[in-house]
Amino acid sequence: MLAKRLIACLDVRNGQVVKGVNFEGLRNAGDPAELARRYNAEGIDELVLLDVTATLEARGTFLDTVRAVAAELFIPLTVGGGINSLESAKAVFDAGADKVSINSAALRTPELISALAQLYGSQAVVVAIDGAQTPGGRYRVFSRSGTTEEPLDAVAWAREAESRGAGEILLTSIDRDGTRSGFDCDLTAAVSAAVDIPVIASGGAGTFDHFAEAFTAGRADAALAASVFHFSEHAVADLKCFLDRRGIPVRRS
Amino acid sequence: MRVSLVDYGAGNLASVVKGLRAAGAVVSMATIATELDTASALVIPGVGHFEATRALGDPWRAALRSRIDAGAAVFGICLGMQWLFDGSEEAPGLPGLGVFPGTCVRFRKKTSGVFSGPDEDLEQNPLKERRRVSFSTKKTPDVFLGVKVPHVGWNTLDRTAAPSRILDGIATGAYAYFTHSYAAPVTEDAAATSTHGMAFASVVERGRVFGAQWHPEKSGDTGLQLLRNFVAIASGAR
Repeated sequence: MLAKRLIACLDVRNGQVVKGVNFEGLRNAGDPAELARRYNAEGIDELVLLDVTATLEARGTFLDTVRAVAAELFIPLTVGGGINSLESAKAVFDAGADKVSINSAALRTPELISALAQLYGSQAVVVAIDGAQTPGGRYRVFSRSGTTEEPLDAVAWAREAESRGAGEILLTSIDRDGTRSGFDCDLTAAVSAAVDIPVIASGGAGTFDHFAEAFTAGRADAALAASVFHFSEHAVADLKCFLDRRGIPVRRS
Repeated sequence: MRVSLVDYGAGNLASVVKGLRAAGAVVSMATIATELDTASALVIPGVGHFEATRALGDPWRAALRSRIDAGAAVFGICLGMQWLFDGSEEAPGLPGLGVFPGTCVRFRKKTSGVFSGPDEDLEQNPLKERRRVSFSTKKTPDVFLGVKVPHVGWNTLDRTAAPSRILDGIATGAYAYFTHSYAAPVTEDAAATSTHGMAFASVVERGRVFGAQWHPEKSGDTGLQLLRNFVAIASGAR
């Protein structure tokens, strides 16, 4: 049976892994290649590398990080942050990425999704959606690291991304990100039910139970976390044991 | 061992190159068919739509046929494996190389934990004509709200009774990384099957021609073991 995937996200700034709380207050959690090696040995199913600075001058350093991490890994590697053109996507593919994740650029230029899918295949194109609940109860899309509200419904945008050739949706709850209060299962289930492509739940992981909820109530195909993996030993292996006991199919290596 | 990687413009080959190198191969890219003239080990990669294999036109077909007849070891990955079959419903009328009999079909969506029956594609293109195609529709226990298409992620390999050199050291239950919407039929060439709503061939083997529907270059130790097996077979060690 197809396993539910656990994905570790490495937010990278100046060649170092950092993790924000609600996208602010970054703290250092280590060397990306070292973390990648550790996660791989523990049985993580995929890695995401995110350039959280994504400035032009830091780009070269980030591509060095992608190369260093890719060299360690024989599991899928997704790279995101600052990819806004075919050229910037090519640079990370050439550095060893298997998939690219695009967010604000896809909102500005939805045609980029299809252009990337055409060139590299849909399986290589992840559209990242940052969603948050608005006072009206609807889930809206936010861009620019969660700072700008877009006039778009999160479910509708996920559908459009799929129709334009996205291979997966990486869905982050801005409300939950960094809070460790659990994934937003309502948001995740709504998007997962609306699209046929896999949906990766992100934002809010704090306990093992949160992952089980994401895979059941949230109907997620994969769950992504950062700090919950970074700051405890054996978290990935222990979490897989936990999910396995709960009857949730996970890859045991 | 020198391995020629057939580069027909289908996607990003960096991971495949990295995986083959890790398995001990020296990789040379073949961008025109004549570069295969002396190759004794060939890998056909591929991602995306079956239409992409249109680039593998007559010169490539002739070169690959000739290398297979000469005893070269050939390994198709994902779309590259599907191309070794007769063809795919994804691009009707566009023939594969036909080393493995059968036509690749699209996964059936299952939205409520129960098969909703054949979808329109299948009704328009019934499999009854192909006696060798034998899909199992056995329902797997699935509390997880059905089968999505594409099939993306880690799934298990179930070895068939057929002896397999390419799966040496890889046991039933090993996980492999898949990403595809069409799948190859389970025939006597299947060395392993996997199940996503329906059973399909996840590894095929006939003589010195092999294929994996999954990505060994992204499948951790299981994938590296398969690539090492291919390199060993190609070099005559097995």
